[in-house]
Amino acid sequence: MALKTMREAISEALWEEMERDERVIIMGEEVGVWGGTYAVTKGFHDHFGPERVCDTPIAEGVIVGAANGAALAGLRPVAEMMTINFAFLAMDQIVNHSAKLHTMFGGQMTVPIVIRAVGGGGRQLGATHSQTPDVAFAHFPGLKVVSPGTPHDAKGLLKSAIRSIDPVMFIENATLYQVRGEVPEEEYLEPIGVSKIQRAGSDVTLISYSKMLQTSLQAAESLAGEGIEAEVVDLRTLRPLDMGAVVDSFKRTNRAVIVEEGWRSYGVGAEVAARLYEEAFDYVDAPIRRVAQREVPLPYNRELEQQMLPNMYDVIEAVKGVL
Amino acid sequence: MDKKDKLRLYHEMVLIRRLEERSADLYREGKIGGFLHLYIGQEAVGSGVISTRRPEDRVITAYRDHGIAIACGMKPEAVMAELLGKDTGASRGMGGSMHLADVDLNFWGGYAIVGAHLPVAAGMAMADKMRGSDAATICFFGEGATNIGYFHEAMNLSMVWELPVLWVCENNKYGMGTEVARASAVDEIRKKADGYGMPNARVDGMQLLEVRKAAEEALAHVRQKGPFFLEAVTYRFVGHSMGDPERYRSGEEITKWRENDPIGILRKHLLEIKGVGEKTIEAEEARAEEQVEEAVRFAEESPEPTLDTLLGMVYAGEED
Ligand SMILES: Cc1ncc(C[n+]2csc(CCOP(=O)(O)OP(=O)(O)O)c2C)c(N)n1
Repeated sequence: MALKTMREAISEALWEEMERDERVIIMGEEVGVWGGTYAVTKGFHDHFGPERVCDTPIAEGVIVGAANGAALAGLRPVAEMMTINFAFLAMDQIVNHSAKLHTMFGGQMTVPIVIRAVGGGGRQLGATHSQTPDVAFAHFPGLKVVSPGTPHDAKGLLKSAIRSIDPVMFIENATLYQVRGEVPEEEYLEPIGVSKIQRAGSDVTLISYSKMLQTSLQAAESLAGEGIEAEVVDLRTLRPLDMGAVVDSFKRTNRAVIVEEGWRSYGVGAEVAARLYEEAFDYVDAPIRRVAQREVPLPYNRELEQQMLPNMYDVIEAVKGVL
Repeated sequence: MDKKDKLRLYHEMVLIRRLEERSADLYREGKIGGFLHLYIGQEAVGSGVISTRRPEDRVITAYRDHGIAIACGMKPEAVMAELLGKDTGASRGMGGSMHLADVDLNFWGGYAIVGAHLPVAAGMAMADKMRGSDAATICFFGEGATNIGYFHEAMNLSMVWELPVLWVCENNKYGMGTEVARASAVDEIRKKADGYGMPNARVDGMQLLEVRKAAEEALAHVRQKGPFFLEAVTYRFVGHSMGDPERYRSGEEITKWRENDPIGILRKHLLEIKGVGEKTIEAEEARAEEQVEEAVRFAEESPEPTLDTLLGMVYAGEED
């Protein structure tokens, strides 16, 4: 298997789906001539043409809104938010339209749209450009929210998202684009709504996704050096949330730490911990711990910003706290 | 347009009027819940514009959507059943008054977030254009919606991408209780289209025949060249929604506009045509009345949607 970067994996998924299905189009700011702000759609404009790789005005509301309309009318738009922070300007379209039209009109319409948005902190971009607001999207029934942590999953999940007849918010992390991983040469899909064990272990269950999957895997390696074997479960999809692998693992380890990059309050950790207490209370041997971002708008200052973000050492410390 | 078509449209406008009046009764009786925005006074805009569309042309509007739905061919039964929240309603009781739709009629719905359906209209037109279809998308909205960001984003995009959209602004003078001049920098709304280099026109929205003529010309432009902005000057004779105390306008103003009733105007015109008498017209009126009663009966006897219907409708399901 070839080693590929996350960026390549995502780019390949888009390319292959555009080759496979001519209803698939890409629309967003700088996706065409520029080649994507993160170079994900480099070469697409020349190959597929401006009709299918549409540079839009800087107008998030109409980007997602028009993508919704195009989806209603039978296309498979992939709308790109230059960063997830700008998706707030399209929140009404995402929340009140993409997620609602199918149910609200009695099942007669479908909105097969993918909204790709990149988030994450740690790049000194200041408070408005560094957020990980994934749970804000995962809150809404009707939307599917996917956020991969490996190149393999990114490719397989994005292809599934594009083929999904339901609206999918596909959340990437800017600091993961250079991460390498094995990506099969042959065609494959990964299912939306299925969690996956990314590392086996028997002492404690680490539950995370996206960037924090990588952080958790690093923490697990380090812990292994001390004789602690952590099992790492990757949620991959935040809605619908699959607790299968999480509960299975927890029933074996009886201890859990949930790791997310976003803020702790009302977060993924809160949700997963509540479900573990509901679904596996008899297996709890220690209070479930959460590792997350400190509750501040992220600062520009490099040191301070890093202090606010969860890292490998925070995970290791939390694990030791539950053992 | 021949006599028969004019009578058909007269019937349609009366049907809308009676349906709205009956809905108001049912609302007061507590049988209709939520918000109820009536189209009374604006019938000539919807009926006029939609009567010029081809079946492949899409229609989309805001929450004041009952009249538009009827003009698109929705059965009064489907409207009434939706207002009563029944499984036989256009949106199976999931949408209510503000969210009627029938995709088979190319009526893509009523939308309750002011301005939000304008980008959606642009996207549908984009899909049609990509396919090489010469279908147009007809998008109705109030003058109040032209103050929201969505409006400007959608106007701009439709021009930049030369999308086949007919923008129809129903200027009924008020956005809820705010008179146009208190909320919009220009009160002749068509001027906003100038800012996007978009051809535009203003028409008397009380005159069905004039609306039709303007819409025909506008749609011809849309099919050949791209977006067109049509402002129809109209008035809603009743409150913004049920329970509006209407402190923002005077009784005299309403009376004055009511003298300009689009249904009255067309009625007078019909009576001037040879071979159309009071009798013919009254027959159409009686028929509309019966249809509304039948629709109410149908709606009241219809089953409620089940919880399983709702739970099965949150996602459409995976494909392939
Ligand atoms: C984004 C948003 N803000 C506010 C409202 C509340 N609201 C509903 S209708 C309306 C007035 C709209 O006026 P206009 O667009 O002129 O349409 P009309 O009601 O006259 O048909 C307002 C403010 C809303 N539904 N959506």
